[in-house]
This record gives sequence, C-alpha cells and structure tokens, in this order.
Amino acid sequence: MGPVLAGVLQLLALIGALALAYVPLGNYMAKVYSSDKHWRVEKWIYKGIGANPDTEMRWVSYLRGVLAFSVAGVLFLYLLQRLQGSLPGSLGFSSIEPAQAFDTAASFVTNTNWQSYYGEQAMGHVVQTAGLAVQNFVSAAVGIAVAVALVRGFARSRTGELGNFWADLVRGTVRVLVPIAAVAAVVLVACGALQNFSGIHEVGQFMGGSQQWNGGAVASQEAIKELGTNGGGYFNANSSHPFENPTPFTNLFEIFLILVIPLAMTRAFGVMVGSVKQGYAILATMVTIWVGFVALMMWTEFAHHGPALQAAGGALEGKETRFGVGGSALFAVSTTLTSTGAVDSFHSSFTGLGGGITMLGMMLGEIAPGGVGSGLYGMLIMAIIAVFIAGLMVGRTPEYLGKKIGSREIKLAACYILVTPALVLIFTAASVALPTPPNSMLNSGAHGFSEVLYAFTSASNNNGSAFAGLNANTDWFNTTTGLAMLLGRFVPMVFVLALAGSLAEQKPVPATAGTLRTEKPLFTGLLVGAILIITGLTYFPALALGPLAEGLA
Amino acid sequence: MTTRIENHEDSMSTATGTKAPHNGVPTGHASAEDRVGAGLFHPGQLLRSLPDAFRKLDPRVMVKSPVMFVVLVGSVLTTAFSFKDPGDWFGWAISAWLWLTVIFANLAEAVAEGRGKAQADTLRKAKTDTVARRLRGDGSEERIPGTELRVGDLVVCEAGDVIPGDGDVVEGVASVDESAITGESAPVIRESGGDRSAVTGGTKVLSDRIVIRITTKPGETFIDRMISLVEGAARQKTPNEIALNILLASLTIAFLLACATLPPFADYSGTRLTMVVLVALLVCLIPTTIGALLSAIGIAGMDRLVQRNVLAMSGRAVEAAGDVSTLLLDKTGTITLGNRQAAEFVPVRGTTEAEVADAAQLSSLADETPEGRSIVILAKEKYRLRERHQGELVGAEWIEFTAQTRMSGVDAGERKIRKGAAGSVIAWVRERGGTVAEDADRIAHRISEAGGTPLLVAVEDADGARVLGVIHLKDVVKEGMRERFDELRRMGIKTVMITGDNPLTAKAIADEAGVDDFLAEATPEEKMALIKREQAGGKLVAMTGDGTNDAPALAQADVGVAMNTGTSAAKEAGNMVDLDSNPTKLIEIVEIGKQLLITRGALTTFSIANDVAKYFAIIPALFAAVYPGLDKLNIMQLSSPDSAILSAVVFNALIIIALVPLALRGVRYRPMSADRMLRRNLGIYGFGGLIAPFIAIKIIDMLISLIPGIG
Repeated sequence: MGPVLAGVLQLLALIGALALAYVPLGNYMAKVYSSDKHWRVEKWIYKGIGANPDTEMRWVSYLRGVLAFSVAGVLFLYLLQRLQGSLPGSLGFSSIEPAQAFDTAASFVTNTNWQSYYGEQAMGHVVQTAGLAVQNFVSAAVGIAVAVALVRGFARSRTGELGNFWADLVRGTVRVLVPIAAVAAVVLVACGALQNFSGIHEVGQFMGGSQQWNGGAVASQEAIKELGTNGGGYFNANSSHPFENPTPFTNLFEIFLILVIPLAMTRAFGVMVGSVKQGYAILATMVTIWVGFVALMMWTEFAHHGPALQAAGGALEGKETRFGVGGSALFAVSTTLTSTGAVDSFHSSFTGLGGGITMLGMMLGEIAPGGVGSGLYGMLIMAIIAVFIAGLMVGRTPEYLGKKIGSREIKLAACYILVTPALVLIFTAASVALPTPPNSMLNSGAHGFSEVLYAFTSASNNNGSAFAGLNANTDWFNTTTGLAMLLGRFVPMVFVLALAGSLAEQKPVPATAGTLRTEKPLFTGLLVGAILIITGLTYFPALALGPLAEGLA
Repeated sequence: MTTRIENHEDSMSTATGTKAPHNGVPTGHASAEDRVGAGLFHPGQLLRSLPDAFRKLDPRVMVKSPVMFVVLVGSVLTTAFSFKDPGDWFGWAISAWLWLTVIFANLAEAVAEGRGKAQADTLRKAKTDTVARRLRGDGSEERIPGTELRVGDLVVCEAGDVIPGDGDVVEGVASVDESAITGESAPVIRESGGDRSAVTGGTKVLSDRIVIRITTKPGETFIDRMISLVEGAARQKTPNEIALNILLASLTIAFLLACATLPPFADYSGTRLTMVVLVALLVCLIPTTIGALLSAIGIAGMDRLVQRNVLAMSGRAVEAAGDVSTLLLDKTGTITLGNRQAAEFVPVRGTTEAEVADAAQLSSLADETPEGRSIVILAKEKYRLRERHQGELVGAEWIEFTAQTRMSGVDAGERKIRKGAAGSVIAWVRERGGTVAEDADRIAHRISEAGGTPLLVAVEDADGARVLGVIHLKDVVKEGMRERFDELRRMGIKTVMITGDNPLTAKAIADEAGVDDFLAEATPEEKMALIKREQAGGKLVAMTGDGTNDAPALAQADVGVAMNTGTSAAKEAGNMVDLDSNPTKLIEIVEIGKQLLITRGALTTFSIANDVAKYFAIIPALFAAVYPGLDKLNIMQLSSPDSAILSAVVFNALIIIALVPLALRGVRYRPMSADRMLRRNLGIYGFGGLIAPFIAIKIIDMLISLIPGIG
C-alpha cells in the first residue's frame, strides 16, 4: 500500500467514524442543554459554588458569568504556577516566572494552550493535573456554553433569556466532556500512552549518553487535550511524542477526538433550533472546507519536488515515520481548522504552501469545524454575514433561522470578524518592526516572518500550536501572545452573547417561498465562498510575504 | 394599456410632463420588465450633474459614506506625496484616478438626485404664492397669503381659484384639476362628506364653489413633502442601508488594517512601499463599488416609485414593501373590474337562449347602469343581436329601475318585458296570473352559489305572463390576475381578497382570481384584526385604502398605500400615496421594494468578489522583486508593476461609472422563488464579479502599456 492510498484510507476511516458519532452525540448534547433535570453531582457543585442553575440569564448576566469564571481561572492558574516551587508534587521544578505564568494562565483559560515552556522540564504533577488539565475541561465547557447561548438566541423568541451559564458550564463538563474523555483516556492507555505519577527517570540512549524521562497523567490529559480542542501537550513534543500518541491508530483516534464535538455541535444546533437540516448545512460547510484543506495539504506534502522528498514518498521532514505524510497532513489540518493546536508533526517543517495551509486554517477563524463551541458560534457569525449579503439578493430584509438580520445584528457580527485580524496583524507588525522581537526568530526571510505570523495567528485565534523555530519565551512574546489570547477569546464572546440576546428578543419571521433557504447546498456554497473571500482576503498580503513567498519560490 | 415607464423617459428629460401617463384602465398583464426596470438614463445626465459631483467633495458631506471618505483621504494623501516628488508620473496618475473614483461616486449620487429635480421644479410651479380667501367667524371673507393659513381655517375656492392648502371640503361640490400633482388632465369631483372630500394645495378648482377646512400647516403640505421627497432632501438612511453601511465600514477597517500593517511586513522582507502604492492597494480592496453607488441606489429606488406616481413618505416603507408577505387587496377595482357584467343568458325549460337574449336586450335599452349596458353588449357579441335604439320601438314606454320596484323594462304595445331581482319579477308574473317555470328558481340559486347575481327576465304577451330565463351577472376578474397571484405566491407572498360580499360570492371570486384567502363581509374592525393576526405571526402586511374608516388599518399595516382620491385621514395614515389611485399598484410597489434590496446585495457581492482579481494584480507587482516566486501569482501577465497597480485603480474607478446605469435602473427583476433568484444573482454578480475584473484589468494594462515610457 502506497503512502497516498494510506492517507486516503485514513481520511475515509475518520469520516466514517465521525459520521457514526454525529447523530447520537449531537442529539445527546441537545438533550443535555435542553433538559431541566440536574444530576446529583451537579447539585453538589451548584451548592459548592453557590449558583442557582434554574434562573434564566439575559446576555449581560451570562457574559458576567463567563468573564468572572475565566478571570478566576486565570488568577488561580497564575498563582499555582508562581507557587509551584513550594508545592508538593512539583517534581522539583521551580516556580514559573511572571511573564510566562501569565502567558500560560491566559493560554489554558482561553482554550488556546499556547506553550512557551517545555512541559516535561517546567511543570510538575500538581500544575499539570490540578491546573492545566482542569482548565482543559472547563475552558472547553465555557466555549460550548457560549455557543449554546447563541443557539438559544436563535431558537427562542420574545425573550432576552439565554439559559444559565453555571448550569451550561457544569453540564458540559460533567455530562459531555468528562465521560467521553474518561473512555478516551482508557483507549489511549490501552494503546500504550502513559498514565502514572512517577518521577524523573534517567534513561540510557541507544547511541550512548542519557536522557531524562518523567511520567505523569499523560493519557487522561491527552484525551481532554484533543476532545476539548485544547492542544497543550504534556510533553513539549506534543502528540508526536510516543508517550502521548504511540501508534498510527491513536493518531487517528486523537484526530477523531479533535473533530467529534465541533462537528456534532451542528447536530445539537439543528435539533435545538428545530431543523436538523439547518445543522446539516452548517456541517456541510465545515466539512467542505476541512476536506478541501486536507486534500490541498496532502497534495502539497506528497507532491513536493526534490530528489530527497521524492525518495521518501513526500515531505517527511518534521513528521513522524509512524504517522507518515497522510496521517500528519490529516492531523495538521484538523488541529488548525479547530482551535486545538496539538501537533503530531512540525508545521514549520511542512512545505512552504503546507505551512500556509495551516495558517490559513486558523485565519479563517477556526470555524471548519473549529473549537468546541467556538467553531459553531464563529461559523454562525459568518452565516449571518453571508445571509445578509445573499438575503439582499433575494429582495428581502435578510433573515436567518427566522430572525431578521438588521443593523444591530450586523454590527455585532462585523465587530466579531474584526477582532482576530486586528490582533494578528497589529501584533505581527509590531513584532517585526520593533528592534528586539525579531531576535526570537530562528530563520530569516519569509520563513522567519511565517514564524511570527503563525505565533500571533495561533494565539489570537486560540489555536495554540506553534510553527516551531520561534523562541516565544521572552517577555515580549509572553506578554503579547497572552494579550492576544485573552482578547481573541473574550472580546468575540461579548459580541456573540450580545447578538444572542438581540436575536432572542425578536419575534420569528415565518419562512415563505421568498425566504432564502439556508438549508440548501447553494447556501453552503455561498457560505464557503464568503468565508474564504471575506476572512481570507484580509490576510492575503501577509500570507504572500510568508508561506506563499516560500512555497512559490 | 400598460404603464410603460420607459416611454415617458423622453418626456422626463425635457421636463415638460414629469408624470407617467395615467394608467386609465388598470390591467394585470404588464410584463415583468415593464413593471420594474424603469430608470434608463442618458449619458448627458452625467455631464450635467458634474458640478454637483464637485460640490459634494465637501468632507462634511463625504464623511457620511465611510468607504468613500477613506478614498477622499487617500486622494489627498497621494496628491500631497506627488507634490513632494513631482517627477514621478506614477504618483500623479494614481492620484488622478483616485480623485476620479471619488468624483464618480459623487456623480452617481448627483445623477440620481438630478432625476428628481425636474419633477420638483414642476411641482414648485404649482406652489406659486396663492392668495387664500379665508372665512371670518361672521361669514365674511378676507384675503390673506396662503402661507399664513393655520390648521382649522376655512377658505373659499371658486372656479379658477388655486386651492391654497391641503384640506377637506366641508361644503359644496366642485370639479378640480389635479394635474399638477397626478399628471392626469381629466378633472375630478371633490365634495363634502364621504370619501372624496380631500383636496390638495396647488390644485385648481374648475367649476362651482367649495369651502375647505385647512388640515395641514403651510410648508408641510402634500406638495411640499412631494418636493422634498423627489429631491431626496428628506432622504434618511433606511434600516437596511444602515446595516449595509456598517458591514461596508467593517470591511473597510479590515482592509485598512491589512494595508496599515503591510509596511512593516514589507520592510522586514526588504521592500519599501511608498504611500502612493499603499493607498492604491487600500482603495482597490475596500468595497468602493457599492460604497460609491449605495446612496444612488436608494434615491433611484424612491425615484422609481415616483415615476409610477407613488409617493413613499419614507424609504423605510419602500424597504418594508420588499419584505411584505401578505397583501390585502380590495376586490373591487383591484381584482375585479368593479362592475358586475352579464356573462350568459340561461333559458328556462321551453324557451331558447335567443329568446332570453332578445327580451333581455329590449328590457335593458333604457338601462344606463353598467350592468344594463353589459347586457346589451353581451346580446350583441354573443347572439349577434343588433343593438336597437330606443326610438326604433314606436310607442314604447320605458320603465326605469327604481329601488322600490327593483325592475326595469319596456311596455311595447301588448308586449311587456321586465328584468330584475328574482323576487320582484316573480311577483310581477304572479300578479298577472302568469306561470313561473319551476326551474327558474333553481337556475337563480345556482348562479348565486357560483358568486354571480341572477336577474330574471319575464314577458307578458298574447301567451300570458311567464318567466323566460335568467341573466347571469358576474364580477369580472381582471385579465391576468391569476398569473399575477401565481407569481406572488412563487415570491412567497400571500394574497388576501377583501370584500363586502357574502362568503359565497367571495369564495367564488377568490377561486376564480386565484387568491390565497379572502375576507368576506369585511368591516374595518375585521380588516384591522386580520392585519394584527398576520403581524403577530411575524408577517409584514401591505394594503391599500381610501376611506376614513380604512385609516386605522392603513396605519397598522407595514405598507399602507392610500389612494390619492381618498380622504386626508387615509392619506395621513398610510405611508405611501398612489396618485393614480390604482390599487393594483401595490404589487408593483412590492416589486420595487425587492428590486431595491436586490440591487444593493448584487453590487455588494460584485464589489467583494472583485477583490480577488485586484490582489492578483497588485501583490505580485509589489513583492515579486524581492520574492520572485510571487510572480507566479501574476496570472494576468500584467506588463509592469506600475502598470498593474494603475490598471487595478483605473478598473476600480471605471467600474463605478459603468455600473451607474444599473444602480439607477435597478437589477433586472422577475418574480421567482428565492432559490432561483439567489442562484441567478450569485451567478451574475458573484461569479461575474470574480471573473470580470481579471479580464478588464488585463485589457486596461494592455492599453496602458501602449503609452510610451511606461510598461
């Protein structure tokens, strides 16, 4: 079996598995967020945090919940790292420096998991498990909660109420993320991933010399790292490390975990707004872009010229031989089109165009299928923009799911789509213009530029993967990426929740033959086009000076 | 006769008759192009509007359009930089074309406004200073200038007087020439009380004497409002236009970011970008096409309504018209011709159709009602009975219809013929000891059930008195209405027929006309309730009305079109006034509303799709020197970097001028489902918008490269 065929078969197997999970998981999530029963463990939690899960919140209260919870998360994580040296179970690692502790706290709370540290050389068991792993769960649950609030905005009318943030947060964690992650962790352990609390081992190397290895709760963190589209590896090598991702099967399984919730969210959305077809249209948009990117990536990585690459059967530099070009391309596209940022190969070593594809994936706003929750709300924002333009073309005030897209809605959607391009472009420009930041680049020319552009694209879009090469552990990069992550996560959420509130207040407009049919393939095609043109074009000059300049050379 | 708006374009530009020909006989079969698509313009208008275009360069005016304001700032910047480096032809060329881009945008708006000016001028003529004859409390008259009138004043107008202000006739009846407003030269009757009491300032009394109570302050009269409407002075941005402006502004900011961050990126890459190049890139990327034409599209949309003699009191109403999903149409005059007409002669057993026709014709010769005329016409057309004149029957005594007898007819010697309501005719026959055929009643009942009106025809002669047969009078549905309602249904619009008829008759006509629903025995309260019910379901409702009792419903409806013949209360309540008082026009109004939105959407899509080609022109031009690989993006094979950038800028400016006619005329509109319409417009303006600039920029580049010293 040739490597190309292997890649295609992996893709097909993955699509099959995701298709099987789509309906049950989507229906289950819709039920979780629509039910009014509380599990006993949830009641304990509500009692513990003093929240009443049955009160309905308007968008401002919902947002207040999101922000309060997240600020508390950042502070807790920051303090945990700053105090690591004095905590038990630190494996002897010292406390983290302030800039890096801020960066890491922001990173995990924003579901980004950008890591300017080496996990195995900096973070002990307590920080990894009680700090980072916990945020892997709850930051993902926050994302889903905000998406669910937006979906409720579409589904409800003549009310400003969007549900209860605390109930959504707890249910997402307890009923969705924890059970699936637990099963996934067992699967990973069964396939050879590590799960212990052992200390540092001195291991002799095959070629002589020695290496330090430490154990940890790797499999459990790995499971939620992918499932919650987090991406922060236990080890610096992330999912290319054999303790995290031992076999081609676990590789495929991890990609499955990355994609399963964001895709199934479209089903939950369809069920909650009362039309699964609307969910299919959004799903089709996501899948079209994802498959298109996978195909492009496989093409650039397999078909790269040069005798060495041809002999190896593709661009294998920076890729694990156990995953091959196909498995790596699949992982790279999936991790950058979601907000995951886990890597099983090094994007910096991809071909110039391949690196560009990973960047473009993030630049589209990570909506195909995107992060857990954030992918759906990002896509719905783009759908609103597409509906607005297309809706005019059918001669009516644009409507989506029975809600009018007026100036308030378009204002919020327009603000949403401005946030990340502003962060990416301004921070990248400042980083190449200022005298010291460029010292962090490993390479010069277009590739060096890509390193910086990638870093801010990843941080602002809450992806978390790195292009490698860039030394991001400087005060400048720790501070700016930290800010980019926080602003890139929470400012859009403000607009999403305000939009949800505005939609929920409207009365629905009944669909007629004159209504734009948003469940049709034509609309899916239009949405794909709008995403590529509207978000893609903003970055075209930057991409031209980085990956395109390199890839077309 | 159809309203061919294109035909009167010529008369418009000569500014003589600014009104569309009056649509005397409303018919339903105007083709789609005739209905929507007016607004062709002459290139001469561009030239004439040039001074206005320059006047609009005022930054305080420009700032209202964020996209074009950015271009204006860009033009100033590039010009300033060109002065610093006067030997650089490229800087001057770019500056010149950027200025042209701004001018073209202003020109589009000026042309759109200019089209209303001619109409405004004619209206102003009607507004010449009038002298009002105000009645004092004691009944004596005083002459005061029309501008000093107050609401509630009573004024007298006699033959030859120009009515000094809007008001209601409270005393008398007069014929009034309203051509100043409606363009219709035939005088209309205005009388106190009833639904024809409203008079408009500026119109002229032709005969008799009326007393008018002034209802509007000077300066706020109908004519004043019309003038400010057609001039665009009262134009406020509509909700949808505001939303689109926000989206365009955000795209502008996004591209501003992309361009503002480019110099550091370029510096790092080893290229120095000049301000001129950066501004050129920015202007090419921001949605200038739609930004430049947006306001012209809005003005032209209002103008298209004015050309059809409809005055919208706000742009919001025009937009709402596009969203309407329920149309309430009055049966009489809108769906049916308004008069019942004879459709057939049904003989009772033992007589023939020809006999019935003959008797019916004779009995109707003296009947001047439309029904009576239609019987004579039917007899002539269907039974080839020559129309006889009253004088031909010597010694005949004509019996006219009265409300008491409910019959008309003729006594010609021994032969007496009667025609009329079933009960009266049967009584007449029985009185004379005649026989009433047993099937007469059955036939009459059948006709009633089918929504028609039965008239019995009876005769008394040597054979005695007997019923001959039944005339079937029916409401005639206008030609083409069914097709029109089918179209509306495809557009997702439900039609509801409103009628005072009983449910049986209403249903029969509703079925024949093909409306979706009907409201029979409608009272103003029920009409109101229907509107509220539809609106509660999230639907937008449009209706027409003329009477005072329509006023609450007109106000409640999202689009309320008052007939100009109606009362001032109705005109105040509605948000549009149809000067032709043609209720069928509601359908055209909906189409114009839709066309307005479609034009905006289509040009926005076109504008955004254009960016792809512009990137492919400019990016390789900027950076191929430092990264030669990027020359692979130069798929148009443009001759030189300077020429590539200039070509993109030139295209960007010229496309505005090229699309001005489209903006003014509106995108061609045909009623069809949303799916088909989207596919069509996406194909033309989306896909076309991707491809067209590649070709156009290449052609411009080839022309530019011919200029010596360049390329």
